[in-house]
Amino acid sequence: MKELSLNVLDIACNSVKAGADKIDILLTENEEELTISISDNGCGMKADFLEDVANPFRTTRTTRKVGLGIPLFKMAALQTDGEFSITSKHKDEFPEEHGTQTVATFRKGHIDFTPLGDIVSTVTVLIQGSPLIRWCFCHKTEKGQVSLDTDELKAVLGAVPLDNYEVINWISEYLKEQYNEIGY
Amino acid sequence: MKSLAELAAIKEKMQNKVVLREGSSDIRVVVGMATCGIAAGARPVLNAFVEEVNNAGLADKVTVTQTGCIGICQFEPVVEIYEAGKDKVTYVKMSPEKAKEVVEKHLKGGSVIADYTISNI
Repeated sequence: MKELSLNVLDIACNSVKAGADKIDILLTENEEELTISISDNGCGMKADFLEDVANPFRTTRTTRKVGLGIPLFKMAALQTDGEFSITSKHKDEFPEEHGTQTVATFRKGHIDFTPLGDIVSTVTVLIQGSPLIRWCFCHKTEKGQVSLDTDELKAVLGAVPLDNYEVINWISEYLKEQYNEIGY
Repeated sequence: MKSLAELAAIKEKMQNKVVLREGSSDIRVVVGMATCGIAAGARPVLNAFVEEVNNAGLADKVTVTQTGCIGICQFEPVVEIYEAGKDKVTYVKMSPEKAKEVVEKHLKGGSVIADYTISNI
């Protein structure tokens, strides 16, 4: 993966596949570190699956026996001397409050740090692909924060779907302007 | 600065069209967006399709959607085109430039670009 934003896109697709109807993407950044957290209220994973989830030979895909999404994201974090964790509650054991949270911390000064890249494009592609999910995106930096909650947009849009081309363009411009505003 | 008022204006403009759109799409463009596709460059390909379909005025006729791994990871980015009454067309090793061409020649013009299909690999 050339950009961390592509890992974010990939990991968030797991949340979509887990049947989540709310997905939070939170980026927290300071001079030294970038922490990416992706959390959902999907079906979650059972303990035995979770234990082995970063193993490339553990996958839910049906077309191949190899799954590299989580291993690649983990590698990208650990190669910067960063941290990586996944916690999950399966719906069978936690019927009220289930879901998965993936958190990766990167040391930005490390030579093997992968740049974040086009995160706006990741957010718009996710919304375009799953417009019925409530997406909450927030990027906190020392200069200020950029955020978007699709529920707020839906309240304005009514019956017009989020994957409407003009709406997607508006979201893209809205996020870009917020980034410009804080001088990111 | 973009405002929610602007979004409300988009809503006003779109509301009438929404009713027409439902169920009227007869071509489906499906972009593979699993780890393999994403790593190979599916994100800009998807964006190109969304943009070009709209620029070509095909938004009412064509829907652009995403799917997981199609199973031919070595040929990613892979794009499948489904059209009622026709065989599925699978384009492989796509790029935003090729996507633009597919919109013009295939989706608009009706002729498959054989050079980009899986049968020509």
